[in-house]
Amino acid sequence: MTRRLSVDVAIIGGGLVGSSAALAMRKAGLSVALIDKGYCGAQASGVNYGGVRRQGRPPEQLPLSQRAHRIWSQLGAMIGMEAEYVRSGHLKLARTEKDFAKLEAYAETVRNYGLGLELVAGSALSKRFPWLSAQAVGASLCPEDGHANPRLVAPAFARTAERAGATVLELTPVRAVAATGSGFAILAGDDIEIRCRQLVNSAGAWSDHFAAQFGEPAPLTRIYPSMVVTEPLPLRLPMSMGEQGGSFYGRQVARGNYVMGGGRGLPLADPDFSRPSVKAASSVMQRAIALFPHLADAQVIRFWSGTEAEMPDGNPVIGPSETTSGLFHAFGFCGAGFQTAPAVGEVLAELVTLGRTTTPIQAFSIGRFRKVAVETAASL
Amino acid sequence: MSEPLSPVVVGAGPAGIRAAERLVRAGLRPIVLDEGQRAGGQIYRRPLVEDGRSYRGRYGSEAGKAQRLHQAFEALLPQIDYRPETLVWNISHSERGNQLDILSAGVHRQVDFSHLILCTGATDRVLPFPGWTVPGAYTLGASQTALKAQGCTVGDRVVFMGSGPLLYLVAWQYMRAGARVQAVLDTAPLASKRHLLALAVHAPRIVALGVFYGLQLQLAGVKIRYGVRPEAVLGTSQVEGLRYRRRTPAGEVVESIACDALAYGFALRAETQLADLAGCRFHFDERDRVWLPERDVLGRTSRPDVYIAGDGSGIAGADAAEISGELAAMALLEDAGRASADVARLVAARNRILRQRDILEQAFPFPADWFETVPAETTLCRCEEITVAEVRRTIASGSITEINRLKALSRVGMGRCQGRMCSAGAAELLSGACGVTADKVGRLRAQAPVKPIPLNFGGGKPEAWS
Amino acid sequence: MSMNPLLRRRYRLDETPVPFVLNGVAETGRRGDTVLTAILSVSGSLRQSEFTGEKRAGFCLIGACQDCYVMMADGRRVRACSTALLPGMAFITDVGAMAEIGHE
Repeated sequence: MTRRLSVDVAIIGGGLVGSSAALAMRKAGLSVALIDKGYCGAQASGVNYGGVRRQGRPPEQLPLSQRAHRIWSQLGAMIGMEAEYVRSGHLKLARTEKDFAKLEAYAETVRNYGLGLELVAGSALSKRFPWLSAQAVGASLCPEDGHANPRLVAPAFARTAERAGATVLELTPVRAVAATGSGFAILAGDDIEIRCRQLVNSAGAWSDHFAAQFGEPAPLTRIYPSMVVTEPLPLRLPMSMGEQGGSFYGRQVARGNYVMGGGRGLPLADPDFSRPSVKAASSVMQRAIALFPHLADAQVIRFWSGTEAEMPDGNPVIGPSETTSGLFHAFGFCGAGFQTAPAVGEVLAELVTLGRTTTPIQAFSIGRFRKVAVETAASL
Repeated sequence: MSEPLSPVVVGAGPAGIRAAERLVRAGLRPIVLDEGQRAGGQIYRRPLVEDGRSYRGRYGSEAGKAQRLHQAFEALLPQIDYRPETLVWNISHSERGNQLDILSAGVHRQVDFSHLILCTGATDRVLPFPGWTVPGAYTLGASQTALKAQGCTVGDRVVFMGSGPLLYLVAWQYMRAGARVQAVLDTAPLASKRHLLALAVHAPRIVALGVFYGLQLQLAGVKIRYGVRPEAVLGTSQVEGLRYRRRTPAGEVVESIACDALAYGFALRAETQLADLAGCRFHFDERDRVWLPERDVLGRTSRPDVYIAGDGSGIAGADAAEISGELAAMALLEDAGRASADVARLVAARNRILRQRDILEQAFPFPADWFETVPAETTLCRCEEITVAEVRRTIASGSITEINRLKALSRVGMGRCQGRMCSAGAAELLSGACGVTADKVGRLRAQAPVKPIPLNFGGGKPEAWS
Repeated sequence: MSMNPLLRRRYRLDETPVPFVLNGVAETGRRGDTVLTAILSVSGSLRQSEFTGEKRAGFCLIGACQDCYVMMADGRRVRACSTALLPGMAFITDVGAMAEIGHE
């Protein structure tokens, strides 16, 4: 029997963007259906590194990132769990003078955004971070950046939205979606018809498929993180670590496991699924020992990978559709959407209720790819 | 002439040895990778040094089979590339071909293969109850391994508990070795043993042996109880006893028994992680309540280059493992255009054993009601130390209906053992909470490395196989 | 607290002794022992669990449960059930016991 739903907003994709948007929209009094082909937060939102990091983002992302920073500080009150979120600090190491100069230049560029970066160089490094055994020229610390458990955050947002009255439809793939003139009609799952006035496309690595149905090119490519987890070890690494000019990143969780990543995994025959690559994992493991010699005797107990979406210019797509009134996009976070996503949810709620947002998002317009497409066509 | 073959056999138990033997007979030189120090697998496991026991003394009624298998392997040695103490921890298929990632003496290497025969065996199927992590509580298989391979018993005053023919055998072996067997606690009701009458028609030897062990135990004054459910291990830093309930005609009674070790288990659980990483399709096996790689009668999986044999393809015991190892190799040879052989006799022999296993399963049923009475504070996941209560809470608050989702949100199965010890329990608990059958909650996906590997595993580039 | 040895030797009683060190104390195993057999023939546990501090002494003995990791004095850890005992190996199964020796 057909199940029929009529809501103000339907959200395709229950990642952290979609889940937090659902909650923000419920708070604004809208009726919401959150639809996911699998489980909420099981794709990029659940399989990323878990860095809640502002440092290193391009300036155009920082207003959004700062807005998210304020939301993260209220996470427990908002979703009923801390999800292992800690403001541990994020320390980015420079191996060479040239790399340190880049860290200095970045700090200068983002000076007015309030990240509170601290540059530490030379002998001050071991005084300031006595636990750090790595050979480094210098480092940049963002003291209020941190990390959280990615597996827990998005599902908790989805469950909170559900308790607040959102209809959460998991294991419900969207089979067809179309504009009706006054809104949208969606066919999903076995036999569910959803009508909505406005529609959010936050389907992550599957978003290009939905954007295309509304005539909007989205040059999205899939990327696969390659993560390595050690057995639980005595607590020693107090900060989330990154490297300028390197691809290694790592943190130690409260239970003692080191969670480390770098390089890319590989898709399986079904590109919805992926595996870490042994090559990438090996280089992460080598780099981990170089940075943390005390890990030489540690055991790796798990690899993981997942599916994330990347845009060619490194920025996500956030904002209204340029072809279809009432449609909003939010996807393509390039493996770095975990920190900003809760703010994206609020921005989407503002867009659907007010038609505008207080956070600058021009740089994330989907139209930037149409222009590129047109220019490319013209030059041929 | 067809292309050169580079088959790899994983596991040197009954299935792996017979598979390698069949390949050698066809003129091939397979690589045989095995985690053990010496070939034989778990059932015909050999000690690190001889300890004065004869084959009869170590393997009992199965001595002849053990000796024949070991001799067959010794004869094969010059004709195979045998690598003991070698863990296969990952399998990948890429444009460059098929590769195994292996670890030997702490060093990572990659091995190419044209065909793979997985003979990965099984481990004990266990269920959690209060105190199952206390020193002195071991799996039934562990208690047998200690005796067979190390000449030790776990404890001196030992209680055996569970369901399966191994229960009576190991208790008898312990008694013979000088341990004081305190009790054999069968979780199946006495009534289930009537199925052994049906089995006696097909497999009189199996039933006769079982009756023999049971009678000898009883003659020695060992307490045998049926319909048992454990309540708790007594003792916190070491096993001091066991409290259990059992059904009697007069109703349920609670009893305690003193012991310094407990050995328990509920038959076996196939080791299927490598088949999963190889990309094999799985199906749910109703009898064993577990997901197994799909296989045809010869051991072909859904992947054209991967074959599977022995208990790792479904629990059928050592005799069936020897047959299925040979069959898998014959299938490989046929598929590679090397030979076609008459498999009918072997298939029929294996089918006979499978029918016997079906009856055995009725005589030694899995305790499906286990979680109805397991207290909330019981540890479910030994590695991550997650309790039944935490798992129930996570299931309820996350509306969880699928086992990988349960793992992601609760950490059950995420630790060092990757769910080997808790996945049977987690699946039963989840399906019970959801009010569905165990097949509906899905299958815990395997992840590389299938067992822990050292972070410092020998250089950025894997050493070439030489 | 002293604990009883968990394993009882039934065979190889006269096998060549293999010296090893357990929590700073000299002990003797036998040729052919695994690390697990050697330690549990003279003591009652192998390690403490990471999260609750419970004592653990292995479980499956065939390299599947990963419950029998033992810390060596040099910081390495070995899976006790599948590692052969070698003369001179030194293990720490009880950090508290080591601390007491250190104070003496």
